[in-house]
Amino acid sequence: MALYSEKVMDHFRNPRNVGKLEDADGIGEVGNAKCGDIMRMYIKVDPATNVITDVKFNTFGCGSAIATSSMATELIKGKPLSEALELSNKAVVEALDGLPAQKLHCSVLAEEAVRAAVRDYYDKNEIAYGDELRPCEGHCDTCGHEHA
Amino acid sequence: MNVYADNAATTAVSKTALEAMLPCFQEVYGNPSSLHSPGQRAAEKLAAARDLFARRLNASPREITFTSGGSEADNQALRSAAALGARKGKKHIISTKFEHHAILHTLSALEKEGFTVTLLDIPPEGVVTAEQVRAALRTDTCLVSVMFANNEIGTIQPIGEIGAVCREAGVLFHTDAVQAAGHLPIDVEALQIDLLSLSAHKFHGPKGVGVLYARKGIPLVNVIYGGAQERGKRAGTENVPGICGAAAAFDEACEKMAEHQAYLTPLRDKLIAGLTAIPHTVLNGDAQRRLPGNVNVCFEGIEGESLLLLLDDRGVAASSGSACTSGSLDPSHVLLALGRPHEVAHGSLRLSLCEYNTPEEIDYLLAVLPEIVSYLRNMSPVWDELETGRRPHLI
Repeated sequence: MALYSEKVMDHFRNPRNVGKLEDADGIGEVGNAKCGDIMRMYIKVDPATNVITDVKFNTFGCGSAIATSSMATELIKGKPLSEALELSNKAVVEALDGLPAQKLHCSVLAEEAVRAAVRDYYDKNEIAYGDELRPCEGHCDTCGHEHA
Repeated sequence: MNVYADNAATTAVSKTALEAMLPCFQEVYGNPSSLHSPGQRAAEKLAAARDLFARRLNASPREITFTSGGSEADNQALRSAAALGARKGKKHIISTKFEHHAILHTLSALEKEGFTVTLLDIPPEGVVTAEQVRAALRTDTCLVSVMFANNEIGTIQPIGEIGAVCREAGVLFHTDAVQAAGHLPIDVEALQIDLLSLSAHKFHGPKGVGVLYARKGIPLVNVIYGGAQERGKRAGTENVPGICGAAAAFDEACEKMAEHQAYLTPLRDKLIAGLTAIPHTVLNGDAQRRLPGNVNVCFEGIEGESLLLLLDDRGVAASSGSACTSGSLDPSHVLLALGRPHEVAHGSLRLSLCEYNTPEEIDYLLAVLPEIVSYLRNMSPVWDELETGRRPHLI
């Protein structure tokens, strides 16, 4: 279908890092089944280096929700937490060679899923974090968080 | 294997329809409004097509108006009945919550123009009753519009019973028969229908041709103004090739209706039985009172767009009522009207068959679908919660 780029279709058809991490150090879930999209992201963190050593995702949603989840996991795997937190929805969209306008919210969800997983890791390990990492529902109208 | 299972969206043009159209492009290409012989030959074809529709619907040719499609016919039918009602000070219209948007959006426009609209609730089996219509009638009701068969879930409405209620109350009755025409018998006299819309591309005719039947004595208001075509009620040079194709397709569909129904019903029922055997899958709409080719189910825990994309990869063309495919934030208004929760409606799939589909294709659908549903469920956090008891199953 020409709605999506080849890259989106590739990540949709062959999602990377799909599944669960039973011994995850942080789990982030964003979205709402009622709205038709839920992403759950699992991360494994090396406490010595703060590097994300493994990441998996589960997604309920459309083709672009699955593709953005997949791409986001690729972009943060092996990266330090600080870098994962800098992942923007715009970077996900660019890495996928673009998304249709009505699907941009999927990339926002992917960004938020990563942040939620990191936040969960911080919470579990009693690591303090600033306001910029406050919870986001993934709905642009419920928080003032800026997205590209 | 390639399986086209989206015949409720549109159908392939039949050989019969194509053969009826082809001479109209380079041989009989005159304008039916022209006085000369080439024009008159086109006018004769147009008249023959009109006669055909009239005969097949048990109407008279003067009651048949050609339009650009089902949507235009729906718009014109509602606007004409509303204008007639307004002249008598009657500005109340009854319809249903699961009509096509060509009806619902026209009714919204009429509401802004001062009409009051009552939309009937949809019972769980997807069939409204004549009693519901009777209960909603008011002294200022000018029109009842109820679809013949629903476009998403295929349920067939009791048109004759509703027609009788309307006739008795002296209220005009319109039916959007876009999904039913060519698939179910329609006799406007017996069913007491005053206005009816149909569309050619749903029964192997070409796109861009619709028919509005309006009982004698109901003045039509124009949606398109201009020349005097269609007795002045629908301007624009007639789409002669399209209309000839539509008539040929309708003739064939009516002629072979019983045969097609006998062929399709067991295929439909096999598909329904096979799909509803997948756990937490539900059929939308009554199992029997539905179009012979319509299957519509919801799979819990998955989303329809990803299902369609994976089906497309396997050569299957289908449709869904998920929000992602509807172009809005909400899933199908039909499934919501039926009482399906949002999260269930997102996982809907419509497979609409026609007589070109084969039993082998049904087997193929039944082989690939459980596999795809299970693949998507394994990836779904919603399914994970359903299966681990953290979220209650809704179906």
